[in-house]
Formats: sequence, C-alpha cells, structure tokens
Amino acid sequence: MDEIIKHLTPLLKEITGYIYPNEIELHWGLLVVVYPYVTGLVAGAFILASLVKVFNVKEVQPTYRIAMLTALAFLLVAPLPLLAHLGHPVRSFEIFLTPNTASAMAMFGFVYAWYLMAVLLLEIWFDYRRDLVAWAAQEKGWRKWIHKIVSLFSTDISERALSFDKKAVKFVTVIGIPSAFLLHGYVGFIFGSVKANPWWSSVLMPIVFLFSAIVSGIALVLLIYMVVTPIRSKAIDIKCLDKLASYLFYAMIVDFSLETLDFIHRIYESEESIKILAALVSGKLFVSLIVIQLLIGMIVPLGAIAAVKLFRVPEELRKLVYFVSALLVQVGIFSTRWNVVVGGQLFSKSFAGLTAYKMTFFGLEGLLASLGLLLLPLLILYVLFTILPPWEEARTA
Amino acid sequence: MDNAKTQNNGERNYERRNFVKTLLFSFASLLVPNLTGAQEKLKKAQAWILGNGDNPEEHNWGMGVDISKCIGCGRCVEACKNENGVPREPFFFRTWVERYRILEDGETLIDSPNGAMDSFTQDASDKNVLRSFFVPKLCNHCDNPPCVQVCPVGATFKTVDGVVLVDSEYCLGCRYCIQACPYGARFLDPVTRTAEKCTFCYHRVVKGLLPACVEVCPTQARIFGEVKKKSSPLMRFLRMNKIGILKPSMNTEPKVFYANLDKEVR
Repeated sequence: MDEIIKHLTPLLKEITGYIYPNEIELHWGLLVVVYPYVTGLVAGAFILASLVKVFNVKEVQPTYRIAMLTALAFLLVAPLPLLAHLGHPVRSFEIFLTPNTASAMAMFGFVYAWYLMAVLLLEIWFDYRRDLVAWAAQEKGWRKWIHKIVSLFSTDISERALSFDKKAVKFVTVIGIPSAFLLHGYVGFIFGSVKANPWWSSVLMPIVFLFSAIVSGIALVLLIYMVVTPIRSKAIDIKCLDKLASYLFYAMIVDFSLETLDFIHRIYESEESIKILAALVSGKLFVSLIVIQLLIGMIVPLGAIAAVKLFRVPEELRKLVYFVSALLVQVGIFSTRWNVVVGGQLFSKSFAGLTAYKMTFFGLEGLLASLGLLLLPLLILYVLFTILPPWEEARTA
Repeated sequence: MDNAKTQNNGERNYERRNFVKTLLFSFASLLVPNLTGAQEKLKKAQAWILGNGDNPEEHNWGMGVDISKCIGCGRCVEACKNENGVPREPFFFRTWVERYRILEDGETLIDSPNGAMDSFTQDASDKNVLRSFFVPKLCNHCDNPPCVQVCPVGATFKTVDGVVLVDSEYCLGCRYCIQACPYGARFLDPVTRTAEKCTFCYHRVVKGLLPACVEVCPTQARIFGEVKKKSSPLMRFLRMNKIGILKPSMNTEPKVFYANLDKEVR
C-alpha cells in the first residue's frame, strides 16, 4: 500500500484541469500495452501463413512454418501480461469456471483456448506430422523421443494419411483465418465497447486493431526471416522478401486509411469530448502519436517501400530498406498500442482535465518485466526452431 | 447372424454412449465444488439480510441530491471514509464533493481538493465569480450499469433492491469495471487489490439505517430512500424538484437524482 501511495503522490502535481479524484491511478499500464501488441503479432503472423495455404502464394512459402511457429511462441506468452496485471492472479481461473456471459473480457479464455487448441496446434501438428515421423525414425537420443512424443506416436505416412494431413491443414487454415480475426478483433472490441471512454469507444476499433495486427505480424516474420537466414548461412530468397514487403505495404495502406477515417470522423462529428481529445493529441500524445506512430511508424516505411518498388534499386539496398522499414513498423505498432491503451486513460472522464502516467522500472508492472515478456517469445521461438526446424531443407519430401 | 451383429453393435454403441456420459460428468464435477461454493455463499448472504428483518424484494433504493443545499463542508466524505474503512489518502473515494466556479468570462473552474474531505478554502484569485455551487458525487447505482456488464466473473452485481455491489472475495482486480464507469466512481483498493465503490452503506441500509453520508449531512442535501414507493421521502423529493441525472447520453439510468443540476456539471 505504501508503495502505491508513494507512486501516486507526485502525480498530483502533473494533473492539469480537473479530474475525478479516483482517476489519479492509471489502471491499465505498460503490461496492458504489451498484451494487444503480442496478440496482434500472433494474428498477423497467422494470417501471413494462411496466404500460402489458402491463397496459394508460392513466393512466401519459405516463411510459412516460421510464421506458424512465431504465432505459437507469441500466443503462449499472450496471457502472461494480463495475468501479471491482475490484482488477484490466483483467481484468474474463475474466468473459465464462472464467466459472466455479458462481459467481453470473459470470452478471453474461450477465444484463447479455441485459437491455441483448435487452430494453431492442430495446423502445426498436421503440417509437421510427416516430418516428425520421418525425423523420429532417423534420429537417436532425446531428439528421437521428442519428435515421437510431439507426433503423438503416429507412424502412418501412407499416401492416404498424407493426403488427409494436407486436407486437414487446409481445413484448419480456412477456420483459422476467421479465428485470427476473432482473436485480435476481440481485443479491439474490449476497448471499442467501453462507451464511457470516447477515445476507445468506436465501432472501427476491432477493424483497426486487426489491420494493425496484420501489419505488425508480416513485419515481424520478415524481420525474423531476415535475421535467421544469414545466421544459418543461407541465402535470403529475395522474391519471398519482395512479396512480403508488398503485402506489408498493402496492409499498411488499409491500416492507414482506417486510422485516417477514424480521425476525420472524430473531427467531423466533433462530439463533447473533442476539446479534451484535441488537447491530448497535441500535448501528451504528440510525440508517441504524431511523431512515432504516424511519421516514423507509418509514413516513413510506407514511403520507403513505395520508393523501392517504384525505382528498381539493387537487391542489397532493397533488403536494407525492407529491414529498416519492418523495424520502424514494429516501433510504430507498439506505439499504436500505447496510444490506445495509455492514451485512453490520460484524460479525465469529466473531459475537464488530463492525468499523467509514470512508468516504473522494477516490479511486475514495470519496464523490466514488460521487456522480459517481449523477449520471452523470442526465447520460446528459438526452442521451437530447434525442435521443429521450419527450414525448407529440413522437410523430408 | 445379421441380427446378432446389430445387437452387438447396439451394445457397443451403448457402451460408447455410457463412456461419453461418464466423461462429461467427470469433467462437470470439476465445476461442482465451485458452483456449490457460490450457492452456499449466496444463501449465507440471504440469511444474513433476512435475519435483519429486511426483505430486498420490497425495496428499490436510490438517492436524491439537492445541489442548492450543499455547502461543501465535506462531512459526508469524512463519514464515508470512517464508516467504510476507505483509505484516507487523496486517491480513493466512495463519495466526494466538487466545487464549480463559473467566472464572468465564461470560464469554469472545477476542483475537489482531497475529495473535499477538509472542505474548501477561498483562494485569493477568487474574483469575478458569476455563480458557484457544490456537487456531491458517488456511485450512481445505475439501473443499466456498464460496470456489471463488463465484469468477467460477475464479481460486481446488482442486488434485488437495486444496489450495485462488489464481491471482494471474487473480484480478480482486472479493473475493467473501473474503465467502464463513466462517473469515476470506482477505484482499486490498495489493500485488497479489488475494485471498490459506494455501496449506499448496504450494511446499514439492510438494518433500517441511513447511509453514513446522508446521516451526517447538516443541510439534508442528500435524501435516501425508495425510488418507487409513493410515501418515501425520495419520491417526494423527485416530485417537488426539477431533476437531472449525470451523463444521460450514456443510458446508464442512474439512481442518484440531482435537483438544480447545472449544465456545467460533468
């Protein structure tokens, strides 16, 4: 308790205008910024992967398995920031046992479980099954056993079984796309359905979340592919990269249009909250919204990719531009999440004043813990890459 | 021969059905201790309320606030903190009082230092005030409460007699309800790490007593009572005054009614 008081007391001086006295404590901090960022990466990576299976985009085949494993690694971490921010993490299982069906948040457990069990794990299993059986047959020691266990001791690699696998993968992907939309659209709905908060309350919110998710997911897979391939001393498939960059570009255009529409709509409707939101955007959110999210995270990479596509520049320069653009996109999308989550709590619901957020370094809600939560999926991904090599040459046929 | 086969099949089907049934039942049993737990608790709560001779079915509670009567003394805030063990730091309030000062140039100054627990002081810059008034705030015990809607586990709920409460032994501390409340009436208790808010002093009300804030108000600016019974003082208050509610556009259907509400009140 003393810690909370110590944290809140200096904030009293940061307030401008009038806020309700209970609003000094900002309730959804950095951890709740990390959560939509991470689920967004999951949904985006999965949708990229499904391009291969459903829309037959052959060029991005080398990233198919990387994308699937990336989605899995980040999905495993997704509930952790939520758990860590709860006042009583031990009671979290009540969401499964006695959910309030009227609550959007109560659906979290079901959406998450569905996506993990019915989509990601199934698709990965069916896609890898043939290789798992083959690997287990060739290998010795712990690897043999791991692959045996992961294949659930299946051994059938007859024509019929393999064609069933293929069909199953396709079927799961077709279910998976709406599920990925559900997973992240749902996160957007959590915010978009809060009528008390004009910064959040928007029917566009789930859709904006979704497209920014696709943007961040494609950019992440592109980054991982570009980092991992040279480490394995393999050549980067430039055709694949060009295609990834194109999809990134299209997704960003849609995302940008949606955000612009939202912006224009707000200004045009000019509701009761417009003055305080204008003060917010031009003040406390100026750097993170206008400079980082819009300029560095959106306009610069959009322009760079467009320039590279327009003028036929050499391969090496193209790679560099893609890499830097994808990095900037990550920064921009993280900033987007920040501006939604934290930005939505920086003004009072009295619309008469602004509050402040002070990040801590240590502690569960601190910067260190959040950095850990962002690095953890990369660690899990490394383990997954070791157990289930996603490389094309590792395929047994 | 054919017959025997179908019979055999039938038996197998029966076995399979039984197996699935047993499986479902055993999974369901995972939920049972919890469900009975909640029911037991509800019974206990009911027994306690009825033990006080109070039948919640007979009531629907609400509050009236006459803004023109409030003198901003802050005794309600103090009484509330004492009665309900609310932390005394200036970040946690079940009720607070706001001061509105509308200046001649049209500017509105709003403040509520320490929730008005120590009342207000006249500062030197107080010039050219056109009009000034105090507005006590608290949970509106909405008939259509957004906080109850969003609670993922149903830890916050509306009682039969129309009071919105939080079960602090059930609350996860996810704070979705705090985000959903348009009135800033909720906070996270720094000790229990669960959501807290005004209860209309439910523990007093079921014993036939008035909420602490109503009890101590020296000018009777707060009126507590039945929303629908003709004989109640609250009904008389609603009949005799021009009534406003806070943020009507939110469609929360508040049950805290304000007389002489100014357009500047947020």
